[in-house]
Amino acid sequence: MAKRSIVPFGPQHPVLPEPVHLDLVLEDETVVGAIPSIGYVHRGLEKLVEKRDFKQYVYIAERICGICSCGHGLGYCMAVENVMGIEVPDRAKYLRTIWIEMSRVHSHLLWLGLLADAMGFESLFMESWRLREKILDMFDETTGGRIIHSVNQVGGVQKDMDSTMLNDVLRAVEDLQKELKPVIDTFLQDYTVQSRLKGTGILKRDDAIAMGAVGPMLRASGEPYDVRMLGYAAYGDLSVEPVISTGCDSYARCEVRLKELLQSFDLIREAIGKIPEGPVSVPVKGNPSGEYFVRIEQPRGEAIYYIKGNGTKYLDRFRLRTPTTSNIPPMVEMLKGCQLADVPILILTIDPCVSCTER
Amino acid sequence: MSKVSKSPWLLHYDASSCNGCDIEVLDCLTPKYDIERFGIINTGDPFQADILLITGGVNSQTESVVKQIYSQMPEPKVVVAVGICACTGGVFKECYNIKGGIDTVIPVDVYVPGCAARPESIIDGVVKALQILDEKQTALRQNGGDS
Repeated sequence: MAKRSIVPFGPQHPVLPEPVHLDLVLEDETVVGAIPSIGYVHRGLEKLVEKRDFKQYVYIAERICGICSCGHGLGYCMAVENVMGIEVPDRAKYLRTIWIEMSRVHSHLLWLGLLADAMGFESLFMESWRLREKILDMFDETTGGRIIHSVNQVGGVQKDMDSTMLNDVLRAVEDLQKELKPVIDTFLQDYTVQSRLKGTGILKRDDAIAMGAVGPMLRASGEPYDVRMLGYAAYGDLSVEPVISTGCDSYARCEVRLKELLQSFDLIREAIGKIPEGPVSVPVKGNPSGEYFVRIEQPRGEAIYYIKGNGTKYLDRFRLRTPTTSNIPPMVEMLKGCQLADVPILILTIDPCVSCTER
Repeated sequence: MSKVSKSPWLLHYDASSCNGCDIEVLDCLTPKYDIERFGIINTGDPFQADILLITGGVNSQTESVVKQIYSQMPEPKVVVAVGICACTGGVFKECYNIKGGIDTVIPVDVYVPGCAARPESIIDGVVKALQILDEKQTALRQNGGDS
């Protein structure tokens, strides 16, 4: 029998910008077990809801994570609006949809770059991040921030997009789609990429469902589950179809995210075509009393927001279940049996967001 | 800054940031901002690093990691606190698990404010750090230390 050894991975390591720690149990070069330990980014943001009033907390919710910032703001605001019975104007719903789809594009391009970097494909990493700048420029123009946008507020959105901005977003999406074509072809057809991704990190459909995988992880295992189908924000008026792949491996996860980029471009175009005129927010009076669950589709998968109000301006409880939390058990399962050199790529394929997970 | 006398290597550590500043730090290395043109590259190894970029406020679990990384870096070394959380604790200051800015744990040379800090200001901070690195190098030589 081969000798067992434990290799610590992290918290400071070159693969991810975020600190995460894994104890990898090895038999020679093969991983037989992985024990994750987290807590390096824990700040205690859920508790802070007791010290900030419910309108101020939107800014904290957006800072749970810098990559999924737009979605966290949206999820929190939707939960408060549902408790208070506020009907958000249609134009605000469309603007929210456009911004969250833009943030999906930025998040997926960021992930593609990190994946290329983990494979050692430096030029592909640089190209993905160069294209991502186009979306960040659009965020800068429409919201005033590159990463943290602070556009959502309880009762609507803070800023409107005029027709010049909408046209600029359309043009940027057009350009991006054109320039993304060779990148997509490289990811899907290049020999080196395929040799690193195909057949690694197998997660069967039944296992994915049993272990509660969400988002692109689940869809890459062939399950057509996308929370956007519920029709929150303006998704009810738009044509959303889950992007799936039946490959069940790392390559399938990459393929799903690439196709979701194209889907997001279509959704942005469709939303800009249909956006109605009107106000972008309604005044909010009173304090929330009661509790509510909201589910939204973040770039990494389904996120669940829970709030409980007691009739004062401070909420009793805010709870968030992030997609990475759900994807950690399937990741640990995937790691078993892989080679040590494949570990960074397999961890990356779940698109881990430690900052959201630990809050 | 008149000239760059050294090609400094960066080490980046996230001490409980929201990711916002981290992806902006990475952004500095990619084609639009490209700090590699100053000879700066991002390394994962504290033993090879000259400049430590830290994002986020310090919490109880990262405190020892930050101290360890800092002690592993060779002299002379410069610490840049990126983002308002690293400077003072920022919006997370009142959280029960946040100790405050990076300067509560290790000495900080350059503060880069912003939420999230923009790549332009991060580059500005790194350029300031280069000057400080030069001064520290000179002081070290005069004291008969590392040549």
